[in-house]
Amino acid sequence: MPKVNINVNGENLSAEVEERQLLVHFLRDDMDLTGTHVGCDTSQCGACVVHLEGKAIKSCTMLAVQADGMNVTTIEGIADGDNLHPVQEAFRDNHGLQCGFCTPGMIMAAIDIINRKPNLDEKTVREELEGNLCRCTGYQNIVKSILAAASK
Amino acid sequence: MYKFNYHKVSSIEEAEKLLNEDNESKIISGGQTLIPTMKQRLASPSVLIDISGISNLNFIKEENNSIIIGANTKHSDVASSDLIRNKIPSLSDLAEGIGDPHVRNMGTIGGSISNNDPTADYPAACLGLDAVITTNKRDIISSDFFVGLFETALDENEIVVSISFNIPEKSSYMKFPNPASRYAMAGVYLSIFSDKINVSVTGASENGVFKWKDMEDILSKDLSVDNAKKVNLSPDGIMSDIHADSIYRANLVEVMAARAIENLK
Repeated sequence: MPKVNINVNGENLSAEVEERQLLVHFLRDDMDLTGTHVGCDTSQCGACVVHLEGKAIKSCTMLAVQADGMNVTTIEGIADGDNLHPVQEAFRDNHGLQCGFCTPGMIMAAIDIINRKPNLDEKTVREELEGNLCRCTGYQNIVKSILAAASK
Repeated sequence: MYKFNYHKVSSIEEAEKLLNEDNESKIISGGQTLIPTMKQRLASPSVLIDISGISNLNFIKEENNSIIIGANTKHSDVASSDLIRNKIPSLSDLAEGIGDPHVRNMGTIGGSISNNDPTADYPAACLGLDAVITTNKRDIISSDFFVGLFETALDENEIVVSISFNIPEKSSYMKFPNPASRYAMAGVYLSIFSDKINVSVTGASENGVFKWKDMEDILSKDLSVDNAKKVNLSPDGIMSDIHADSIYRANLVEVMAARAIENLK
């Protein structure tokens, strides 16, 4: 089996993986980083969104071997110790989560949106959330949280 | 997913050599179509040859009144390119409408056209802008490249290197996206050149992307929505599925054509 070295949240992690292992399973099963979720497993829902070299991608639609030598950031890697990341804080303040299953992907997507889009408005946030589904249908407060985080 | 071997290559020559060694091997770059297909066991290549690390396939440049895009260029890079926004804004719009932001951060133009999904967006732009597709072996004009449903003129061991789009005077791309997948249920690419008008249609035909000659002919005489409404698309050979039957879909193509005329830029 090939050995991969992936920098996850600033730490170099290595493991032998099967070629067909998905990045999300490397994170969850091998590295015990279970914050990244598997929702639909068909590239639709975005619960598995992580950052690869700083950009949001779906970790259920990438092989672990493809990420060899790259930098990955997961939901576990964004807070500064006990201090939540501003987007996490905005989700807490604005009731941006209900059951919480989609939340890691929503937050990783939100950070990417805020990085890319200055002067965010509601319409843009809704368009940009195309790849993230919330089965609680809690979009109203998710959008509110992202706009609140962007204005900080 | 079935088992396979994986090789990350650093040159086209290396990829070509590996392709020749095993006829069940497949090229992967962004993998946004291939990986989901393999997960469903609808594809089972013996070897994946990852070309995403070949850096000289990742570029956007202007040359001889054309925009040339390297095969490894991601949809998000096409969407955010100032050069493309300036020269062919409809191509930026098209790239920005593919899938979702996360998919656009991985998926590549070379993969999209090599796959030739009948509902993909890029094939419409290629036909509409008379694009030339350069492979490791030759140059192929778009009208010869897109052969049919998921079928291209590419040989077994041929790899797309870059795509060269002619810069039009004006153009626009209008699609009616499937609300779940964002693939086109009907997409029309309209481009105006000094000597001709091209109208290409994706998402509709059972044979994949096609040039809509009747619409091109009538718009060449008078480019107006009123004139476009005189042309009907026959539902014969148009896809029928749970999302839209062939009559509804043919009508959608007509509506997208009218919107394309209204949104020329």
